[in-house]
Amino acid sequence: MKFTYAVPAGLLAASILFTGCASNNNSNSNTSNNNSTNAAANSTTATNTSDTTAATTADFTSAVEQYRTYVIEQCDEFVKQTENFTNAVKEAKIEDAKALYAPARMYYERIEPIAEALGDLDPNIDARENDVDAAEWRGFHKLEKALWQDNTTKDMTEVADQLLKDAQLLRAKVETVEIDANLLVTGAVELLNEVSSSKVTGEEERYSHTDLYDFVANVEGAQKIYELLKPELAKKDAELEKTIGERFTALQAELAPFKSGDGYVSYEALKEEDVRKLSQNLDALAEPLSNMGTILGV
Amino acid sequence: MNIHNKSTGLPANAEGAPINEESKSSLVLDKKLSRRDMLRLTGATSLGLLLGGGGVGGIMAARNAVAEPTVASDADSIPFYGSHQAGILTPAQNFIYFAAFDLTTTKLSDVKKLMQAWTTAAASLTTGSLIGDVNDNPNLPPSDTGEVDGLNPSRCTLTFGVGPSFFDNRFGLSSKRPTLLADLPAFTGDNLDPKWCGGDICVQACADDLQVAFHAIRNLARIARGTAVLRWTQEGFQRTGTADPKGTTPRNLMGFKDGTGNPDATNEAEMNEVVWNSSSDGPSWMSGGTYMAVRRVRFRIEVWDRSSLSDQEATFGRYRHNGAPIGAKDEFDDLNLKAADASGKPVIPPDSHSALAHGDGTVKMLRRSYSISSGLDIATGQLDAGLLFISFQRDLMKQFVAIQQRLSKSDRLNEYMTHTGSAVFACFPGIRKGGYIGEALLG
Repeated sequence: MKFTYAVPAGLLAASILFTGCASNNNSNSNTSNNNSTNAAANSTTATNTSDTTAATTADFTSAVEQYRTYVIEQCDEFVKQTENFTNAVKEAKIEDAKALYAPARMYYERIEPIAEALGDLDPNIDARENDVDAAEWRGFHKLEKALWQDNTTKDMTEVADQLLKDAQLLRAKVETVEIDANLLVTGAVELLNEVSSSKVTGEEERYSHTDLYDFVANVEGAQKIYELLKPELAKKDAELEKTIGERFTALQAELAPFKSGDGYVSYEALKEEDVRKLSQNLDALAEPLSNMGTILGV
Repeated sequence: MNIHNKSTGLPANAEGAPINEESKSSLVLDKKLSRRDMLRLTGATSLGLLLGGGGVGGIMAARNAVAEPTVASDADSIPFYGSHQAGILTPAQNFIYFAAFDLTTTKLSDVKKLMQAWTTAAASLTTGSLIGDVNDNPNLPPSDTGEVDGLNPSRCTLTFGVGPSFFDNRFGLSSKRPTLLADLPAFTGDNLDPKWCGGDICVQACADDLQVAFHAIRNLARIARGTAVLRWTQEGFQRTGTADPKGTTPRNLMGFKDGTGNPDATNEAEMNEVVWNSSSDGPSWMSGGTYMAVRRVRFRIEVWDRSSLSDQEATFGRYRHNGAPIGAKDEFDDLNLKAADASGKPVIPPDSHSALAHGDGTVKMLRRSYSISSGLDIATGQLDAGLLFISFQRDLMKQFVAIQQRLSKSDRLNEYMTHTGSAVFACFPGIRKGGYIGEALLG
């Protein structure tokens, strides 16, 4: 929703070429780049000093293809798990439905930027109560409210059916979604921003308090993209690549104590300082991650 | 804005010589040009003339601002480098944005890297140039957050220090902790909230523009991500220079002049006596540094506002209107604590704020406080307003603590205020060009 993903390849190549030239001019006139020891500025130094031809020759074909495969895998699983969940809702098995809810959502949360790029699919599947007009509200969070707040599945059959249809539609559409390096870079940051702006505050899962499932899935989705771009990033800015890797590890270490069985503890179990620490670790990761765009050249 | 000198390539004058005509002409160009603008303009033959000797390369280098040393060629820029840190003796700017950080790393090498990165950033922040060198790449977040682009430096100063917790066992520096640096003892009436206390590192950002001061802390916090996090912040203000062109002693939110008894910051001998550490005071890395006490003080302004003028004046020991000691004429008249009225009663109450703070007059500290207003206290519907008290001294115990112990026990003012936050820091000596913040400690 927040970015364009279908930039024609020819146009993109042209713009890279053009900006590449500008960058050469920049670094010629820019003779005194000896600062920057911090992570953010480190990457920036490298951007200006490194060989801009790398940008124009960087080949993201394999990364893009692997990401498409990943998205399709996640989507397949998402449809399957959503069906189990919606079946439980329709059969009025409240406890089963509650148990299936958060794990199913994780497949979606890992690839959320893709869904957001596909028009109305994201709000249809994932809107929270006040995100859309009451009359249009549907999807996971409507069922969440029914299950956790109202403790019923009454009148939810239609919502459940519609959710499954929307999930299937997402699966069909991802076959053709155009993915490029820019989408990957932006998407990774987008995933962490999702965590920052709604998961960390506990607003996403306000009835079920399963926010940590979404949190972890968003981070995993971002990490997948980082892993795919890592070889290119290492060539362009090895220190940035290393820093991002370390920060992923640090964030996972912060998340680890909140694991519980196959899932995660309720967000309500977190203390104020736990939340603050998670948020700070997330920011510490997102900052260098937002510089991955360096592989796109200037 | 010393940046102008850089852009013209004119020789720097450390004593703050007036800007000559040639560099004035570049004022027009400076900062208004993005890098892309420059690229577009490189074809223009007249540009070289406009710029004087420096030319395009010069102005680009200036914008990228990699710490060509700061030069006070303009009243609006205060040198970041020097034998002492700025923001201590510097006449107080209009605004403060104070920040305490906690380190999240456990590696000393990361701390050192952070200080080096902060040094580079501080050199830009205090000269009004953008931080970093990626401010025009469409694929990357700009390295400077941009809200002061085009603004002048506004006398921005950044003052760095480390708290007692910096010397715990995390970094192997416990043997380097000065004995003079320790958490403050508890004072009578303290009502401290941990959310406004302590910190491994402090950064005092002062500027004549609040957006400039905020921008400094925001960007330093951004650079610190992954190494340090903000622990608490407090913004503060004074009357501005515009509102008080004569620069008289500022009034606090109780309406009284605050800072009248301050020692003279232009008196070098007195500052060496009161503020600066010498090599005989403690570890050599603190030589040229000073200790900072920070107290967040909540004023019970609603209660204060219900007190009669004579009560208020007896509380301070001074007249509200002109700040003169009770019984005297002028603000700067000596406090005559022996003066008595016909019945033998002291003219200035011995438990008034001025009398107690003055004591026998032998112990001084340099105060540099700001008023604060942090919205409503929702529990009472009253304003959360007061003072961010800051003092600099050579010895916390002998100066700040000695005075505060007297005050906390019997100051009449205690009825109208409560201390809600507290921290102490060892402020490093000045940063040399090519060096970095805390180099003598961390190097």
